[in-house]
Amino acid sequence: MHHATVLAELRARIAEVEGSPTHRATMPFGVDALDRKLPGGGLATGALHEVAGSPELADDASATIFLAGILARMEGPVFWCLRWRDLFAPALHLAGLHPDRVIHVEAGSDANVLLAMEECLRHPGLAGVVGEITKYTTTASKRLQLAAETSGVTAFVFRRASKPEVVADGTAAVTRWRVAAAPSVPLGIPSLGRPRWEVALERVRGGNPRRWIVEGCDAQGRIGLSTALVDRPAAAEDRQAAA
Amino acid sequence: MRRVVSVYLPHWSTDRLRRKTAKPPPDGHTAIPPLITAIPDHGRRIVAAVDAGARALGITPGMTVTKARSFAHGLDVIDADPEADSAGLRRLALWAGQRYSPVVAPDLPDGLWLDITGCASLFDTERALVKDLHRRIAAFGLSVQIAVADTAGCAHAVARHVPAGRPVTIEPGDHRNALGLLPIVALRLESGIVEGLRKLGFERIEQLIGTPRGPLAKRFGRTLHRRLDQALGHVPEPIEPVFPEALPRARRGFMEPLLTAEAFGQVIADLAADISEQLIKTASGARRLDCHFHRVDGHSQAIRVGTATPSRDSRHLAKLLAAKIETIDPGLGIEVMTLIASLVEPLGPGQREGLESMVRRGPDLSALVDALANRFGQRRLYRSTPHPSAMPERSLWSASPLSNAEGAVWNADLPRPSRMLSSPEPVDVTAMLPDHPPAMFVWRRKRYRVAQADGPERLHGEWWRDGGVEADRPYTIRDYFQVETTEGGRYWLFRLGDGENPATGPMRWFIHGAFA
Repeated sequence: MHHATVLAELRARIAEVEGSPTHRATMPFGVDALDRKLPGGGLATGALHEVAGSPELADDASATIFLAGILARMEGPVFWCLRWRDLFAPALHLAGLHPDRVIHVEAGSDANVLLAMEECLRHPGLAGVVGEITKYTTTASKRLQLAAETSGVTAFVFRRASKPEVVADGTAAVTRWRVAAAPSVPLGIPSLGRPRWEVALERVRGGNPRRWIVEGCDAQGRIGLSTALVDRPAAAEDRQAAA
Repeated sequence: MRRVVSVYLPHWSTDRLRRKTAKPPPDGHTAIPPLITAIPDHGRRIVAAVDAGARALGITPGMTVTKARSFAHGLDVIDADPEADSAGLRRLALWAGQRYSPVVAPDLPDGLWLDITGCASLFDTERALVKDLHRRIAAFGLSVQIAVADTAGCAHAVARHVPAGRPVTIEPGDHRNALGLLPIVALRLESGIVEGLRKLGFERIEQLIGTPRGPLAKRFGRTLHRRLDQALGHVPEPIEPVFPEALPRARRGFMEPLLTAEAFGQVIADLAADISEQLIKTASGARRLDCHFHRVDGHSQAIRVGTATPSRDSRHLAKLLAAKIETIDPGLGIEVMTLIASLVEPLGPGQREGLESMVRRGPDLSALVDALANRFGQRRLYRSTPHPSAMPERSLWSASPLSNAEGAVWNADLPRPSRMLSSPEPVDVTAMLPDHPPAMFVWRRKRYRVAQADGPERLHGEWWRDGGVEADRPYTIRDYFQVETTEGGRYWLFRLGDGENPATGPMRWFIHGAFA
């Protein structure tokens, strides 16, 4: 307990040196195991976050709903900038993100998606802006982060079909996530249970990488911590680190 | 790069008369009598225009009506009305100006010009724009030929001399080659000059391009090479656009031609302020603005912006226009700028309310929506709303981003993928018929083993669509399964057919999307 306070103080001082505001507003996941590992107890709002799936379509589909769940619990309109039209709105609604809140922007190319995102990020009052891209530069990430900080709108870069083994370039994003589909718990009847994802926090400013097995979003966009967590090696590592 | 569309209406006069009298053929079997129009000429009547039927009989303009009658007995002869023809053409130009481009002009006696430089993005591609134009004009009951090229002269020539039956696109930079193949007459020359050239052995334009100019110019005058240079793009051929009267407009002429983007921005701000004053007087707002830039060398260019809701906020309007300044090539300088509010709508009561109502409705998105729509095209910006349909790919509609939110949603009990393939892709599946889910499938050369599955959800074809045609088609049943692979990935597979009766579908499997 003593250690924890010392660590928290140190983090606050480092944040001060880095010039990032210590009392940034955050958006908790509502899952203690995740929120504890994020500075401020949740996802920083008014900042840039990166989310990736994998070249497997099912992983990108999971990452999509992971994002939808976060946005579902925020206030205001959402701009979702796409390269092509494969986002299926009924599924966003199933994760609690009402279709009336989402404006789709089919920008056509990575460069155009970045342009559209930056334009959107200049408008305070939006809940969030999602941009689906395959590649972008460190400079582009800095611009987005700056724009997000200025307007207070949360930005999400969704790296489509991104290979896990490829190490991403340096990025100004506050957090970097990777979401992959994980086998669900068999119900014993011929029907599918709640989906499960392996959520990896690959990078976080002022924190360490982690991974969790979580249960997919419910109708209010909330993820749940899997009951089978204790059986997973990833969880064991997590407990060790926390001890 | 300039892009010009030439619309050629080969039977404009007669098509217009047919349209006006609106006499549809009784049942399609009775032949419509051929129609010609006549004008008086030195005490007799000669043919002014012919329709397709009359032309097929060999009747040509310039022939006497008496002679024309000898070709066909039931010939319909109507007095020509050139003024009504050109007035009709002007109306057609105004219509096209609203829809396709700020710069549209009638091309007397039987065509239109459209300068579509920078307008293609509203239709995604230039091809889509031209196709839409062709389809709509044909739907008016007019025969039409369309060509698009880098120069007005080239488009004009191709539209009239390449009867392709569909719009012809001369790719950027290809106009010289395209022109070379066409006959001399395509250059819009007097018949005397064409006749004279033919006597000298000139048939096609490429011969003319390769011949020294001096002797030809001496013999035929300067018109010949001016037409050639216009078609090749060596000298400008501006299109003077037509506008409806009484639209708010503002104009500035400059003693010193302007060259810089900053200067244009300044003038645009002034012009927008003028327009905004005019809009306030009429209690209306602009939905669309066209800004025309007239260059010192006679070229003119235009930019067009649209707004999602009527606006008379001069700062907002100026900002939208300013975002497009970069498309203007000032050349040696711009001497006149004109701003026209080409689409004006009354302001709704909600928009005249004060700040209070704005705050209540949340952030004002119209500025952002306008900026994005003007950059990427109106169609690229939408909200998804439910549309009643049995087929998942047709179950959503794109609503305008600022239209009133309906609040309607899809059935929350039906699982739907978050990523849907635009068209289902075939997969190889191992499954037991009739109603077992797949045990294994191969998609894009990768093998997926199914651990668990849900389904089937049976979707029936929409027999009420296409006048019941789909009911007769065999492929009317899709059985959808939601499967989870051993790795945890969830996919949406369906089988065409009910698994028992081959008439319901070929029992082939497809993948249609992925779930979270």
